[in-house]
Amino acid sequence: MEAMSTSVPIGTALTAGTAGTAGTAGTAGTAGAVGYAAVAAQILVVVAGAPLLTGWMRQVRARLEGRAGAGVLQPWRDTRKLLRKESITPVGTGPAFRAAPALLVATTVVAAALVPLLSTDTPVSSHADLIVVVALIALGTFALALAGLDTGTAFGGMGASREMTIAALVEPTILLSVFALSIPAGTTNIPAIVSGAAHEPARLASPAGLLAAAALAVAVIAETGRIPVDNPSTHLELTMIHEAMTLEYAGPDLALVELGAQMRLTLLLGLLSSLFAPWAIATSGSWAALAIALVAFAAKVCVLAAVLAAAEVLWAKVRLFRVPELLAGSFLLALLAVAASYFLNGAGS
Amino acid sequence: MRTTYEITPDELPRRAAELLSEGYRLALVAAHPDTHGDARGKGHRRGDRNGERHDRPEGIRVVHLFVAGPPDTRTELHVRLDPDRPEIPSLAELSFPAGRFERETHDLFGIVPLGHPQPRRLVRHFHWPRGWYPMAPGAGEPPPFGEQEGPYPFLEVEGDGVYEIPVGPVHAGLIEPGHFRFSVVGETVLKLKARLWFVHKGVEKLFEGRAATDGLPLAERISGDTAVGHALAYCLAVEEATGTEAPPEAARARALLLELERVHNHVADLGMLCNDVGHAVLNAQAQRVREQLLRLNREITGHRLLRGGVVPGGAVLHAVPDPHRLRALGEDIREITALALGHSTVRDRLTATAVLKPEAAREIGCLGYVARASGLAVDARTTHPFTDYGHGHGNGDGNGARLNVPVHTTGDVLARFLVRAEEIDASLALITHFAEDLTAGAWSAPLSGEGPRSGVGIAEGWRGTIVTRVELAPDSTLTRVKPVDPSFFNWPALPVAMADTIVPDFPLANKSFNLSYAGNDL
Repeated sequence: MEAMSTSVPIGTALTAGTAGTAGTAGTAGTAGAVGYAAVAAQILVVVAGAPLLTGWMRQVRARLEGRAGAGVLQPWRDTRKLLRKESITPVGTGPAFRAAPALLVATTVVAAALVPLLSTDTPVSSHADLIVVVALIALGTFALALAGLDTGTAFGGMGASREMTIAALVEPTILLSVFALSIPAGTTNIPAIVSGAAHEPARLASPAGLLAAAALAVAVIAETGRIPVDNPSTHLELTMIHEAMTLEYAGPDLALVELGAQMRLTLLLGLLSSLFAPWAIATSGSWAALAIALVAFAAKVCVLAAVLAAAEVLWAKVRLFRVPELLAGSFLLALLAVAASYFLNGAGS
Repeated sequence: MRTTYEITPDELPRRAAELLSEGYRLALVAAHPDTHGDARGKGHRRGDRNGERHDRPEGIRVVHLFVAGPPDTRTELHVRLDPDRPEIPSLAELSFPAGRFERETHDLFGIVPLGHPQPRRLVRHFHWPRGWYPMAPGAGEPPPFGEQEGPYPFLEVEGDGVYEIPVGPVHAGLIEPGHFRFSVVGETVLKLKARLWFVHKGVEKLFEGRAATDGLPLAERISGDTAVGHALAYCLAVEEATGTEAPPEAARARALLLELERVHNHVADLGMLCNDVGHAVLNAQAQRVREQLLRLNREITGHRLLRGGVVPGGAVLHAVPDPHRLRALGEDIREITALALGHSTVRDRLTATAVLKPEAAREIGCLGYVARASGLAVDARTTHPFTDYGHGHGNGDGNGARLNVPVHTTGDVLARFLVRAEEIDASLALITHFAEDLTAGAWSAPLSGEGPRSGVGIAEGWRGTIVTRVELAPDSTLTRVKPVDPSFFNWPALPVAMADTIVPDFPLANKSFNLSYAGNDL
């Protein structure tokens, strides 16, 4: 609980800080209140919605497998249970282990504030650069991998090594696939890319857009540790990737780590939907647009999550050594997307 | 059928080598500290074939049971050891299982195997006090845990980038305890050491002094998932010892129950193999079918795991399975296995994972589906049948108990998967066949007082061949029961198969062997 309450001020302090600079830069001539409300709504919807989204995915899976399922609220119940437990720090662990859960949640909160999930027109949108967002996601991954190493157990090290192998392939893929979209937009600012696409949907139907969408989808599956890369519901410690790093966490720390993982899933699915289905995202500072964007966001992410859950039912986990092959394939798709985007648009402009 | 030879310790290696070269396998080694039981048994062992123990109750008697078939032949070598210095020449150089049995008898009785290449602790819990042997005469109650009995380090693999992963004995899932030590480079396993033996329950000791019928509940619980297999081996042994012959209907009912047990265990494991590769939907379906099988079991025997079906002298059936229901279940299972094998990722994960070569399986003395997936067609239903299974390899002509023993040769997880999937079909056909002539009922022959007072039961449980040897006092109480679960033979094969396999594939390999910890460590 303590770590939770410290992490939120970090997030708000940062967003407040960037909001200040955004104001002085004068990029957004918006009604400030709606912009601030949009940022707050984005953070709130990611933090509060993430466990629900995970519960929703599990429920979809359970029903498709012919099981009753535990209900959409189960992740929240698990979080409540964990928050009531005591926190245990293994002997010999240092600050990396203690700071990682808070850092994971904090980086995700900041990324959630920056990425245009609901509105492209917020006080912080000028800072929502592609590289900043990818770096924030990578920072969370890195913090958790360090924590895994910090425990000094074989599993922590094994999980960290596997996670880093995957991250090394995933982060460039995310970067490249969004680059493919940034070329027609002429900027790496994500809100600008999204609002450009919203006004000009033909960009997305291009070969570059489709290739980039496929590449980013694979990267999101790998980054969030879903089948076929990792199995989030396994109890087999030797096969784990993400969970192996977090085996030593207990109580509120574990609740934070799980919340962080769920938030990252929500954030990345939201990013995917904003980039490739930018409809109904608020591009102006009106309350009505924001309300519509909120509903549309929930619907889009739920549909995307249901599709992912359904796909997981049909897929099996690939052999660990096949994962790099899969990710290399998605990297190649992203590279093709960039090339297609460059040549097709380069000729046009 | 069973011949017994009294020999001296010095003769043992030569006689054992002869038997092994004639195609026998060592099925069981049991030590008998005759001294303590003789308040009851002294002077009354007239039924014993050689009638030798009237005046010589001294010293530990070690029985080596060798079996071969078909035709079903069983040969016992009895060795009487010096009471002051219980030592026996080691057979470890002749047979790998013999070496393990010797380590076991050393740990439980204090019998020293002379010339054993690896005379290390096997069964002994490392906190048992030094010099205390639980099965030795006068061992008494288990003492409190003392100082560890000397260091027992794991073999360290050295080299650039080699690291160790210790796993267990407490695991994340609901499974039995076992410690595994992986020496790994990157993700590839160089060496795996399994240290089991955390669940010693003193089962052999608990049998002593019970009436033969009271031993049954214990036999059913040796390994909970093998209630029929162990009960059957126990009952066959008791019947031989008492000179009882079970009615032919009872034998058929037992064969039926044995196959029912095989089917429900195989179905559960095929589902879990799918789950271990992350294909949960097939697991959900396989567990649904298993639940239906367990409910069927309950209708047939009154117990979901088939306890109470096999009894000494006979068998009890509350109902006979309906062939239509079996056919429907068989269709479901076939669909599940076809979906699993048709899924390219699942098939890729199973293929060439954890290969156990036929030579290795033969050397180790593997049994059951582990052996049959590595090209060894070993099956006690053909070598030691207790009822008529018919002859020849069945090609499904519809009638007659045509025992079909599927064999694959690649020795990987896929081969074990296929063998078990095909065994389900074969078992369902056998169940249908045996059910034809049976109605609900109880068939039982009373245990007679005659008989040789010792007996051996051999049954092909779902994991492999179970051998149980019993000895009775004249009042028909049990003086010694030694069950051997196939897991005892198969456990050393798992680390061999794991060499050059990657760490994340271990759970899959382990599940494909699915060995019993409880049946291994009595």
